[in-house]
Amino acid sequence: MNFLEMFRFAFGGLSTNKTRTSLTTLGIAIGVASVIILIAVGNGSSLAIQKSIDRLGTNTITILGNRGGFGGGRAAAARAVSSQPLTIGDAVSLNDSIKAPDIKQAAPVVSTNVTCSNGANTSTPGTFDGTWPSWFEASNTSIKVGNFFSNDDVTNGHRVAVIGNTTATDLFPGQNPIGQTISCSGVKFTVIGLTNLKGSNGFQDGDSLVVAPITVVQRSITGFSNINSILVQAKSASVQNNAQTEINTIIDARHRIKNVNNRDYRTLNQASLLATSSSNSAVFTTLLGVVAAISLLVGGIGITNIMLVTVIERTREIGIRKAIGAPKRAILSQFIIEATFLSLFGGVIGVLGGFLGSHFTIVGVKPVVVPSSVLLAFGVSVLIGLFFGGYPASRAAALRPIEALRYE
Amino acid sequence: MAVDLVVAVDLVVNTKNLATINSNRNESILPVIEIKDAVKRYGMGDNSIYALAGVNLRIVPGEYVAIMGPSGSGKSTLMNMMGCLDIMTSGSYFLDGIEVSKLDENALAVVRGHKIGFIFQSFNLIPRTNALLNVELPMAYQGIKKEERKSRAIKALEIVGLSDRLSHDPSELSGGQQQRVAVARALATRPALLLADEPTGALDSKSTADLLDLFDQINAAGRTVVLITHENEVANRAKRVVHMRDGKIISDEINEVSIK
Repeated sequence: MNFLEMFRFAFGGLSTNKTRTSLTTLGIAIGVASVIILIAVGNGSSLAIQKSIDRLGTNTITILGNRGGFGGGRAAAARAVSSQPLTIGDAVSLNDSIKAPDIKQAAPVVSTNVTCSNGANTSTPGTFDGTWPSWFEASNTSIKVGNFFSNDDVTNGHRVAVIGNTTATDLFPGQNPIGQTISCSGVKFTVIGLTNLKGSNGFQDGDSLVVAPITVVQRSITGFSNINSILVQAKSASVQNNAQTEINTIIDARHRIKNVNNRDYRTLNQASLLATSSSNSAVFTTLLGVVAAISLLVGGIGITNIMLVTVIERTREIGIRKAIGAPKRAILSQFIIEATFLSLFGGVIGVLGGFLGSHFTIVGVKPVVVPSSVLLAFGVSVLIGLFFGGYPASRAAALRPIEALRYE
Repeated sequence: MAVDLVVAVDLVVNTKNLATINSNRNESILPVIEIKDAVKRYGMGDNSIYALAGVNLRIVPGEYVAIMGPSGSGKSTLMNMMGCLDIMTSGSYFLDGIEVSKLDENALAVVRGHKIGFIFQSFNLIPRTNALLNVELPMAYQGIKKEERKSRAIKALEIVGLSDRLSHDPSELSGGQQQRVAVARALATRPALLLADEPTGALDSKSTADLLDLFDQINAAGRTVVLITHENEVANRAKRVVHMRDGKIISDEINEVSIK
């Protein structure tokens, strides 16, 4: 009794009931394919987030004051002995090549929420910032059409604005926005530039954007109060940590911070944003993986079910085989090979299906197949075949020939 | 009713002959089958039923034995014991010198494959598997090489007159042909013993006659044949007829008709 022989018997068994064989295979295939696709979707979305964060620039640091900004500062403010807001003076002091040699430039940012309109078209930009021209380079924003505003525009308070693609489409559908006028919170701005596509960073649309000179925004909209944040660009990603230290030294001195645990400002760098978003997407991927694993398990139970039915249905045949001298292990291997083949074949189809399905964009995410998930899903499906098929097989093999022969 | 009558008549004749037959038998020959005090009990305690109630049977090589008896007489149980398909509650069973009542399941599988060719009333061929592969199957389990297995299977099918049906599935064969495939399957392993449990029970008279001729040939070639039957016509071909009733052997006689 060689191995090839057992394979022949096993295939004979499978080909007897093709419908059942293919349905069982389908169950496993769907399980494997969904594991691969869902994990690929999770992976794809986390890669997309990483990519857009990368695009924002990895050498930028955002300083947030305790007032306004991203919120969450109140607790820190309560702890602070003396809480001072960020000021333009803070931004100016960071642009100091002697005290802060690793900082390329720093730009103060005033942010607000306003609705802009052009006649009947309105748009509420996700970002409405008043800042300096150095913001554009620091934030890795480039111009597609037109120009950035200049230092002269800031100094003289010219009402000009640079807008992102989403805002442009909202306000000027099908038109060239350059030279047109938009009205934000009643203040008219002339559009002088359109930024290149930035994409989403996973939290907000980077193209829903209006940027204007800080002087104009303060004078006309927010008032000359404090600024919300300072965008700092380090000379390179490798000196980002040095730049961070220099920021702390300079701002601590300016704000008279004695205890570094009680700072009245926070710094955010891209690395920490990246870490947050990766951990979020890891949770997302795990959830998807668990759902898929359940469907794989259900496929496995399907195999057990089919193998049990097969064994019962073929009890008589098992009896005949035993009566003419089939040893226990021959019966056992025949059924285990059948079950393993079912899951193996289902696994292969599932892997193919998984790769195929990963070519489509699913809910706006381009799936990226994780090789280890393919191995995992395939391996698990084969193991499921072995274990779940093993139980009915051992039941079949343990039958006494006379019991099996009498079975009708 | 008719069967009972026959048995009753046999009873009178056979009790008389029993002693003479046993004494005539050559005790020095190694028996193919030696069963001592075989008991098979179903159920426990007061509800237990004895399918075999102490059977002693000795069959030497080259014999052609028919076992007869009414339903429930224990003849099928005895046959299953001899074929190692079932185990006895107590007693001992030597097959070709091996005490099979003491073997484990794996060793029994080997014995079934090598020592016994079993023929069933309902043929018991593997469905959707052609005649040649059916005959090859027991040899496959024994690990005989493909070429030898095939040539032996072809030869066995030739002997039973089915060389033109090698690639037919059981469903494409008549009852008589299926039973002949089963005989070929039993013969191909060159067993010490050919056991047939009512082999003609599902066959018409023509097929029955052909099959019995086949058994005669097989026995004439020296193979030990033991069969169970209801039919006197079948039993008459055997050289020795054993009658059973209520789990016991009630007669064991040389068949005068067959000897002639």
